[in-house]
Amino acid sequence: MPEPILQLSGISKRFPGVVALEKVSLEIYQSEVVALIGENGAGKSTLMKILGGVIQRDAGAMRLDGTEIEIHSPREASSRRIEFIHQELSVLDNLDVAANIFLRREPTRAGWLKLIDHRRLYREADALLEKLGLDISSRTPLARLSLAQQQLVEIARAISAGARILIMDEPTSSLTLTETRRLLETVKDLKAHDVSIIYISHRLHEVEEIADRAVVLRDGRNAGSLARSEITRDRMVRMMVGRDLQEFFKSGSGNGSKKNGHDWFAVRNLRTLRYPNTPVSFNVSRGEVLGLAGLVGAGRTEVARAIFGVDAPTEVEIALAGKTLRVASPQDAISQGIYLVPEDRRLSGLIVDFNVRENISLPGLDRYSTAGLINSAKETSAAKEACRSINIKPPSPEMKAANLSGGNQQKVVLAKWLALSPKVLIFDEPTRGIDVGAKSEIYTLIRKLAGEGVSVIAISSEMEEVLGISDRIAVMHEGKITGVLERPQFSEEAVMRLATGGER
Amino acid sequence: MSGAPETEFMKKELGIFILLIVLCIIVSAINPNFLLAINLQNLARQIGAFGIFSIGLGLVIITGGIELSVGSMMALLGVLLSMMLTEQKFGVVIALLACVGVAMFLSLIHGLLITRVNMQPFIVTLCGLLFYRGLARFITKDETKGFGTVGGLDFLRFLANGNLFGIPMPFVLLILISIVTWIVLHRSVYGRYLFATGRNPEAARYAGINTRWMITIAYVISGALTAVSGIIFAFYTNSVSPANHGNAYELYGIAAAVLGGCSLRGGEGSVVGIIIGAALLQVLRNLVNLLGIPSSLDFAVMGAVILIGVMADQLFTERRNRRQVVLMRESARADMRTPNPLASDHSGGTGEGN
Repeated sequence: MPEPILQLSGISKRFPGVVALEKVSLEIYQSEVVALIGENGAGKSTLMKILGGVIQRDAGAMRLDGTEIEIHSPREASSRRIEFIHQELSVLDNLDVAANIFLRREPTRAGWLKLIDHRRLYREADALLEKLGLDISSRTPLARLSLAQQQLVEIARAISAGARILIMDEPTSSLTLTETRRLLETVKDLKAHDVSIIYISHRLHEVEEIADRAVVLRDGRNAGSLARSEITRDRMVRMMVGRDLQEFFKSGSGNGSKKNGHDWFAVRNLRTLRYPNTPVSFNVSRGEVLGLAGLVGAGRTEVARAIFGVDAPTEVEIALAGKTLRVASPQDAISQGIYLVPEDRRLSGLIVDFNVRENISLPGLDRYSTAGLINSAKETSAAKEACRSINIKPPSPEMKAANLSGGNQQKVVLAKWLALSPKVLIFDEPTRGIDVGAKSEIYTLIRKLAGEGVSVIAISSEMEEVLGISDRIAVMHEGKITGVLERPQFSEEAVMRLATGGER
Repeated sequence: MSGAPETEFMKKELGIFILLIVLCIIVSAINPNFLLAINLQNLARQIGAFGIFSIGLGLVIITGGIELSVGSMMALLGVLLSMMLTEQKFGVVIALLACVGVAMFLSLIHGLLITRVNMQPFIVTLCGLLFYRGLARFITKDETKGFGTVGGLDFLRFLANGNLFGIPMPFVLLILISIVTWIVLHRSVYGRYLFATGRNPEAARYAGINTRWMITIAYVISGALTAVSGIIFAFYTNSVSPANHGNAYELYGIAAAVLGGCSLRGGEGSVVGIIIGAALLQVLRNLVNLLGIPSSLDFAVMGAVILIGVMADQLFTERRNRRQVVLMRESARADMRTPNPLASDHSGGTGEGN
């Protein structure tokens, strides 16, 4: 094999009290897709931030084409033709596509006046979009594009800046399946154009598909690397966590659906604002986990928000234990024991500047207060109890929620509702952005709740997850339920067919 | 306390408290007249009158809102009070209740426009600022209204100008009101909901909090406190000129709240901080007088001190945020070090050996 174009060796980075990276090495060859994988906190992002010039390493060397280099800023990385596509898109949605692509590199005219040469701008942008197979005009305002298209615009920007090493951090985390496919094709395409790609992803089947090599980090160290032929999901997981995949859903499967009272919790003719013409109806029995599968944008979140009373549905009939309920606000839902663990933890699930105690007690504050005054002893002991029972780390109720990892934040959101004895618990993407260890704890909890008679509705876009935790799966496509699968019918293909609008 | 660990708030308040003390020492060193009983009494009276409505403004700011109509509302209330007492011969109690009632009603409308019609607080209260001032001038035909020497108002005059054991009544009222609001804000369910709403209205709603009401109530409380301050100011000046009375007072309140640690982004602040902030502003005005600084520089001095105070606080916050990143990493790592309860064969080999 030829010389690597980029060589990181012995990279170490310490933050006060934490060793984030310990002698990590990484090599990138010309036109290669290297998947960088590992649990959250394994050091992937830190390593990439060092490469991207966002932070500086403490020790180790970086070589580009055999020469030792320093990268002090993202700008310097860019000048060395290393571009970073971040997980959160950094496009400006008040500008059009071309303006985004050429931001800070606008073609100019009229000498020192530096007027933007719009004709050249749009011509070059259109050419680039065509090359990337993006069928839109470069004059389209960015706000009108889908998330996936915006991402492609960002890639176009990186390419037009002359990227030869492209770092992609979880590029598919908010894309639908078709969009993901498109992105993977683009990645393959880039490879053919002599671009090397460092691909960070939790979605191992994507890695299986496109990576030429997988480099695994664990606890800030190299845990090994897999060549193309060795890349299988099992081997990757084992290397990432040091345990086997089968353990993962052990608690999630084979519980069988509970037959008692199939219509314990019933939703009838739910019409959401987004899909007012497709009424949705379904039942969940006690102790059952109903998976809600589908592509992103299929209307599942809207259903959850409507049941919880966040957005008033245009029409709905909700019945719990035979009693018809009126749910016009989250207060109504909460008073009936119907709770939602929302999709976006940091925005809707938690108040990140509140500490763990204040977050947990928030919806049930009346229980810890007399005459409107909070009894802090009661509140603290309840929070401590919750921390212990669902294993929040660190178990200190006075810790700010912002300081917790994603997994622990999610446990805090859950603890909020567990303290209020749920009857119906809706999870919207329960394990998004959570690392493998915390994931399985959440699955165990979901099963345990079902075991205690709670009706669980679990919205999930992760195939493995929805197949693993559900007793039944309702699949949605463009606002309507296209089919309900019982456990014996579970398969990726069946879900996928229904999710794309196909027949059972 | 709510919103952040107690120690952080204490630090924040301590910082501005030290600034206040240092200023007092400097002023009294340069001009010992600062420490004269009469000066201190006057100062306390001012702090009381300004502090009371500042607390209300602080509550509104904690919701992430703003209230710009305070000064105009005081002018309107002042002339109404004068007209009710001197022209319409209302009873004192009725007039007072009417005054507070009008303020609360107008603030309720602010709150409803903001939470139900989704208008921006800045716009709603800016319109209030213009509207109430105009209304005050119109109903008085732009004439100054006073209380003259009308009898039966001794109690009200006492509230504004009297002393209780040598302590000016407005200051006594401020202490009483701040104790109540302190309990409401920092110990009650409503206070917690208010912080939650100001910090993250979306998450507060998801937790089942009626965020619209929380915000509306904050405006109504602010209106009531504005009325109390307004009554004090009216009798303190004993005449109310509809065009000038209370001009720019809302800015004193906003400045006091911000100096005291309220963030205009909402969800942050404390009663103690607001009071110290209000005190600091009055000491600054006093300082301009006593140190012979041209009174035209009055606002410039205040502007500079507020700027420095808030800047220092910002630098402190940034340091804290850096620390936060480290803590988050630690929590993630604690997660990894703990063996997965489902995987008994997980070896401890990923510990922090080395």
